Amino acid sequence: METLASGDSGSHTLIPGELDASHGVVLYLEEVTVSFDGFRALNNLSLTIDVGELRCIIGPNGAGKTTMMDVITGKTRPDTGTVFFGQTLDLSQMTEAQIAQAGIGRKFQKPTVFENHSVYENLELAIKTNKGVWNSLFGRLSGEQTDRIGEILYTINLVDKAPLRAGLLSHGQKQWLEIGMLLAQEPKLLLLDEPVAGMTDHETERTAELLTALAGQHSIIVVEHDMDFVSSIARKVTVLHEGCVLAEGPMETVQHNEKVIEVYLGR
Amino acid sequence: MRYQPVSVGLAQRLFSTKGWTGLAAALGVILVLVPLLNLLVPVSSPLHLSDYAVALAGKILCYAMVALAMDLIWGYTGILSLGHSLFFALGGYAFGMYLMRQIGHDGSYGSNLPDFMVFLDWKAYPWYWSFTDHFWYAAMLVIAVPALLALVFGYFAFRSRIKGVYFSIITQAMTYAFMLLFFRNETGFGGNNGFTDFKRIAGIPIATGEMRMALFILSGLALLGFLLLARAIVTSKFGRVLTAIRDAESRVMFCGYNPLRYKLAIWTFSAVICGIAGALYVPQVGIINPSEMSPANSIEIAIWVAVGGRGTLIGPLLGAGIVNGAKSWFTVAFPEYWLYFLGLLFVLVTLFLPQGVMGLLKKMRR
Repeated sequence: METLASGDSGSHTLIPGELDASHGVVLYLEEVTVSFDGFRALNNLSLTIDVGELRCIIGPNGAGKTTMMDVITGKTRPDTGTVFFGQTLDLSQMTEAQIAQAGIGRKFQKPTVFENHSVYENLELAIKTNKGVWNSLFGRLSGEQTDRIGEILYTINLVDKAPLRAGLLSHGQKQWLEIGMLLAQEPKLLLLDEPVAGMTDHETERTAELLTALAGQHSIIVVEHDMDFVSSIARKVTVLHEGCVLAEGPMETVQHNEKVIEVYLGR
Repeated sequence: MRYQPVSVGLAQRLFSTKGWTGLAAALGVILVLVPLLNLLVPVSSPLHLSDYAVALAGKILCYAMVALAMDLIWGYTGILSLGHSLFFALGGYAFGMYLMRQIGHDGSYGSNLPDFMVFLDWKAYPWYWSFTDHFWYAAMLVIAVPALLALVFGYFAFRSRIKGVYFSIITQAMTYAFMLLFFRNETGFGGNNGFTDFKRIAGIPIATGEMRMALFILSGLALLGFLLLARAIVTSKFGRVLTAIRDAESRVMFCGYNPLRYKLAIWTFSAVICGIAGALYVPQVGIINPSEMSPANSIEIAIWVAVGGRGTLIGPLLGAGIVNGAKSWFTVAFPEYWLYFLGLLFVLVTLFLPQGVMGLLKKMRR
């Protein structure tokens, strides 16, 4: 541990490997470019996410939404530009596992849970703990962790499904389980790729409630096509187009932005 | 509290009562029944167990260990190795060095060097044969050599995220390369003849009924020991991470696990089991040569596991027994048709019994 005095604003403690979001910003993307065989999936993309913010990202197919998620989670390395988690963590230098450990959780577009494990075991694997080999061999769940899993099961409405193989869940339930796994990781930043795809209206509504409740304690980025869902949760919306930001602001403003209308409705 | 406490246990019990009973029965057969029938029941009695049968059973126990090792890495972790016979052979060669030193001056040339070295006109043991006349040093090599090779090879392969069929092909190439290396006389491991004509272990003659029985019992105990360890592994959280890697590796990474470490740990452990199996195998069959490293042998290991049932610990043991039992009968009755039969068996199992014999048993029970 080292302490850095930062001028008049007082001092705060810097712990290596831990998020430092003391400036109120949890994620910085600066002039990020990623190309695949000459195709620029991200083109000089700059974006910042504040602590506790719930941000929706929309955009037509191929706008670079999933690539952006890949860059943040370490799956894809940026060609140029910088990606920082807080002030200190350079995500372009970290592995997927390190990024997850640092506190970024990701939900895939297609729900990805461990289908041969029970719902309970899925949460057990996700729960925040030392994830080294040794600890997995000899560690046991603590009482608090067991309580936490119970709490999450309640939150995602899968208490009675806990002993069931996750592969047997419905599509919407798998989405919920995946969100539950993210919660178990206790991430500071949640990336959700189309969290309500394949959900019933009722489930969608409950997801919206859940996400709204989570914002504040966590920073959340949601990529979604369902405009009704976006309007129901979003405070601030970013529109991506051809790998960079086309518009940003409250939903109503963005919806009436001429460039956005052009991109979405065609010329 | 708004929620009800959730009381779902994790599969943390090592074995069910039935499992423990089976294990105790197996232990009884190995420690009591087989020695009794072989050593104490007179040869004239129909209950007598022949030396040939004991040797065959001992051999199959070693194969079963290899099948168990393969199951951990393939059945549970989803990594198909087609080079596991290499680790088996390396363990065999490591212990074979000790067995060669135990021949002493009793070789054909009466030299203190093995016959093949005399034949090459070598005057002294090469450096890597140093200390191999000490039992415990050789026993250490049995574990260290396969472990080290697995660790180095695995580190680079897993770090480069080589997966699926590419990984299988590379392991196949690795065992093939080692086979060519060991075929060379200059490598110092007896060329294509390998090591044979063993005389003693720890000064005790090897070709006696008691020694054969001791090796058989040791193989049986090693197998049961590894079965217990493997069961402890797959019922731990570590085991659940392995199956998670098999089913959705990227999710495992995004949960904060580093798959490299997990794969490397189980891969190395698997190689060590094979090495120990090889070391127990060699004195029982009396020979080790580079053909043990042939790619076909590694493929056969995969077939044992597939026949028995991947991802169950008992299945691969059954598979190794069934296939090798059939092999020893077939190669006597219809020697030229064995490989056709093996191929057919693999095709049939893949098509109709994807869960192997264990899957079939489960279906019948329902």
